[in-house]
Amino acid sequence: MEILNLEGTEDTPKIILDKKNGIFEISGRSLPEDSAEFYRPVLEWIGNYGSDPNPTTDFVFKLEYFNTASSKLILDVLSALEDIKGMKILWYYHEDDEDMEEAGQEFSELVEIPFEFKTY
Amino acid sequence: MNFIYDLHRTMMSQKLILVYQGDFTQETTKSILAMAERNLDSSGEESSIKRKVFNVMVESLQNIVKHSDELVDGQTRSHAAIFLIGKEANRYSIMSGNPIRKVNVDKLKAALDKINSLDKDGLKDLYKEIIKNTTISEKGGAGLGFVDMARKSGAKLEFAFPEMNAEYCFFCLKVNVPREAGEN
Repeated sequence: MEILNLEGTEDTPKIILDKKNGIFEISGRSLPEDSAEFYRPVLEWIGNYGSDPNPTTDFVFKLEYFNTASSKLILDVLSALEDIKGMKILWYYHEDDEDMEEAGQEFSELVEIPFEFKTY
Repeated sequence: MNFIYDLHRTMMSQKLILVYQGDFTQETTKSILAMAERNLDSSGEESSIKRKVFNVMVESLQNIVKHSDELVDGQTRSHAAIFLIGKEANRYSIMSGNPIRKVNVDKLKAALDKINSLDKDGLKDLYKEIIKNTTISEKGGAGLGFVDMARKSGAKLEFAFPEMNAEYCFFCLKVNVPREAGEN
């Protein structure tokens, strides 16, 4: 399966989705002008991955900041991951970033996927 | 030329550290954010407060980009809006002003009044309710910006709609982000 690899910019996150090497990560800042457009390839990739996933998947969110339009799309990403067996979310937040910790907790209440919280 | 000095004095007395007026796009948004970030970094502001200010700035700026009504005055069309940041001993204020058609005022005012009527838990519930049910609008918004500003700032949103002319009001919004005590 093809690797999705997007370099991070000042307003978009770094994204690596690599089935073969078991790397699934969204990190950095997300405040694109058009969040639906930006996350479309991510959602498509996950859709394809879901038809033949690895036995277990640790999906990493390591976000420094995201805007509200991105938060809706992050929920869409989580919803797409929800149906995949062996899925676990690793939600990273900076150790003094209570807002990012709370955001992760709220997402975990909105979808049925195990969340593991980690600080960096 | 006295207006230059007057403007300068106004900025000093209002404790404004950044003022931008003009067209708002994603590119200007990024530039303003970068400038404000440098300013906050060089002043050694605490990172949790920096993040909150950044957060409110993004929502405020992207609101203007997405929702400011185009001002049509005869042949002249303009998107001109204004964005300001004030810094006082005990708080930052993120302020914006943009033209809004009068027909849109009531709906916006009702949304802001509702947000201001809610406490911390009420805002959290509203946020979750909207994010579950919303779809991204044609303009690219999720309808969560004001709720998020209220949550991140922990303060009531201050707003006013002074009249511009028969068709437009100027939507003024002020969001205060408190700074940690001790810097007096």
